[in-house]
Amino acid sequence: MIQTENLSKRFNDFLAVDDVQLDVESGQILALLGQNGAGKTTTIRMLTGLLRPTRGWARVAGHDVVKEPNRVRASVGVLAEQHGLYTRMTAVEYLDFFGRVYRLDAEARKKRSEHLLEYFGLADVAKRRIGEYSKGMKQKLALARTLIHEPPVLLLDEPTSAMDPESARLVRDEIANLRSSQRAIVICTHNLVEAEMLADQIAIIYHGKILIKGKLEELKERVLGTTEYEVIFSTPYDCAKLKIPIGIEIVAKEATKLRFRSANPIEMNPLLLKELSARQAPILTLQEASRTLEDVYLKAMTEANGGIIQ
Amino acid sequence: MREKLAPVWLLAKRELLDQFRDWRILFPLAILTLLFPPLMYSVAGSAVDFANKYGGEMILDRLVPFSILIIGFFPVTVSLVVALESFVGEKERGTIEPLLGTPFLDWQLYLGKLLVGIFFPLVASYLSIALYLFMVSKQDLSLPSANLMAELLMLTAAHALLMVSGAIAISTQSTSVRAANLLASFIVMPVAILIQGESVLIFWGNDYLLWLALSAVLILAALLIRVGIAHFQREYLLGREIDSFNLKWMGRTFRDAFVGETHSLIQWYQIQVGATFRKLKMPLLLIIILTVFGGVAAFKLTSATIPSEVGEYSSDEIDERLGDLKLAAGLPDESMEITFGFIFSHNIQAVLIMLLLGLISFGILGGLAYIVNIGVLGGLMAALQAYGLPAGMMFLTGILPHGIFEIPALMLAGTGVLYFGAVMVTPNPTKTVGEIFIYALADWFKIGIGIILPFLFIAALIEVYITPILLSRVIQ
Repeated sequence: MIQTENLSKRFNDFLAVDDVQLDVESGQILALLGQNGAGKTTTIRMLTGLLRPTRGWARVAGHDVVKEPNRVRASVGVLAEQHGLYTRMTAVEYLDFFGRVYRLDAEARKKRSEHLLEYFGLADVAKRRIGEYSKGMKQKLALARTLIHEPPVLLLDEPTSAMDPESARLVRDEIANLRSSQRAIVICTHNLVEAEMLADQIAIIYHGKILIKGKLEELKERVLGTTEYEVIFSTPYDCAKLKIPIGIEIVAKEATKLRFRSANPIEMNPLLLKELSARQAPILTLQEASRTLEDVYLKAMTEANGGIIQ
Repeated sequence: MREKLAPVWLLAKRELLDQFRDWRILFPLAILTLLFPPLMYSVAGSAVDFANKYGGEMILDRLVPFSILIIGFFPVTVSLVVALESFVGEKERGTIEPLLGTPFLDWQLYLGKLLVGIFFPLVASYLSIALYLFMVSKQDLSLPSANLMAELLMLTAAHALLMVSGAIAISTQSTSVRAANLLASFIVMPVAILIQGESVLIFWGNDYLLWLALSAVLILAALLIRVGIAHFQREYLLGREIDSFNLKWMGRTFRDAFVGETHSLIQWYQIQVGATFRKLKMPLLLIIILTVFGGVAAFKLTSATIPSEVGEYSSDEIDERLGDLKLAAGLPDESMEITFGFIFSHNIQAVLIMLLLGLISFGILGGLAYIVNIGVLGGLMAALQAYGLPAGMMFLTGILPHGIFEIPALMLAGTGVLYFGAVMVTPNPTKTVGEIFIYALADWFKIGIGIILPFLFIAALIEVYITPILLSRVIQ
């Protein structure tokens, strides 16, 4: 549904996006992560046909972004960094206007508007001027606008920014629903928890270049190494005298924690557990060490300063 | 077509609704609409009293149309404010990206904004004019003729169209409302001069010229719309954040366009001048047609209008009239010696004036300046014939020797100017307006320095050292 190859954008002497390759299928969510100015918004704008690539190509919903920009725009719902609402209009007028822009008939406009306003909890304030809305309400309305024409592709820049936790949850649920309805979705976000919850694929962009891309588990493996496990002790325990089975690599020793990597967890972990039990170690739990997207992101960024991770 | 125009109306309708809810637009519009008719009515009344004392009836006949022109213009000025912030204002408010992200075509967005800019101010102008006419009809003042009234109403609409089209073009190329407002002087000043010119025509009572002025305003507005749409780029609106006057970049871009990759004069002529010359085929053809048409038309017009008794003028009278003509044309009198430097610099001035006029009018005024030059030549031939002089022979000896170089040089200058205008109104999504302007200017200068300048140099030498000898022999 979204494909790019060598997608690049140069503004005079500044290379904003450099050789970006993306492939997002229907029913998939790609989270595009990166610092401010990394090239996320420029990439989104190229995928919308708003910016012309300097090099490479992109196809969105089957249309080339350079040759058929209007077809691309008709197939895409874009939530920009700024909500960009017309503050003198009411929510009903606003959604009706965009419904007309996308050539929905009167009945469809009414039905979709009512559904979206109801879903996002804006039905009670639908006839109030948008200028009177809170930031979160505006963000929800902006998201409703991107969904009014039920586009097959959604490009969402910070979809839950400025929202309270309940609203953010609502939006996340809606995005998850949209994935199940066979849409391709790209989310640009700084909210790594949100990305971890929603994304099927994650791409970290750094100085315009895709630093690393893949499924979360793959990224963890590639950036953080093989899975780590940890044994938690109920009281401080000295692991110095332990006979560590071959195939187990100790990563860290703390008073109440032993962290290790295992070449073959199915065979090796029970052996380690057996050794610990034999030495009457006060074992509380043995579990896979928690490794979040944040760990991946921060490590990738730290390493990026020393060189691109391939 | 109706389907294609539907988005234009949709966009305009939304923005008109927005304007209708904005007191900052409605209030000044209401003031301008309602305040000025009584004010002008009162001024006209005082003028009537004053002029009646001194028998100024002729002026009074023209005071009402003049007042209509002014009354119609005041509310139209609001359109400038609306149009100036049309795109760049949305950019500052952050509403431009969702709008640009819609499947509206560029021209639909552009025309929608144009309609919005014009609608309310024009309605207000016409209401204002109607109010004034109502007041005038209650007093002892004659109303303008239907023809003049139509001209005035259309002029009001043309002013709105001109200002809005210019302002929207500025709005699409600015990075902030402040920058757009600063650039507005490029609209306000020419329009102020235009209004003064139209006022003169109204007081003069020359309806025919007023129609021509109206046509010129409409052509200019159409060109501005064309330029605006041609260079409307969504990318430009989103991509640029600051305006900077980068002389270094301008110089570098001009140099790249002017010299390119060439390393010697011969190479420059072969590659750069040659390539530019090839681009001038169509405008050159147009200039050739204009030359023939302009020369013949001027000859015929002069022959038809020159007084029949002119052949009976004494040589003193002819000398006196030629002296007047020389003075009017800025030529030296007999006490001054016509030197090579004078001729050469005079011709360069003429060519540069053509270029400057072309730059501010997308080539049109530059082209007109060229036709005037050719017209003068045709008229001169007709005048010589009317004076009973051998016009053909005088052309062959007095004009042709240096004209072989001078006329083609002028033709190329006119061609370059027309080409410049054509480039400016042609869409080019790969370059910014600034780049297009610099490249087109560089093309003109390639021809200017590579061909026109040497031709004028040779022409001036011939005109000073050979033409007088040939001409004196014919006269003797």
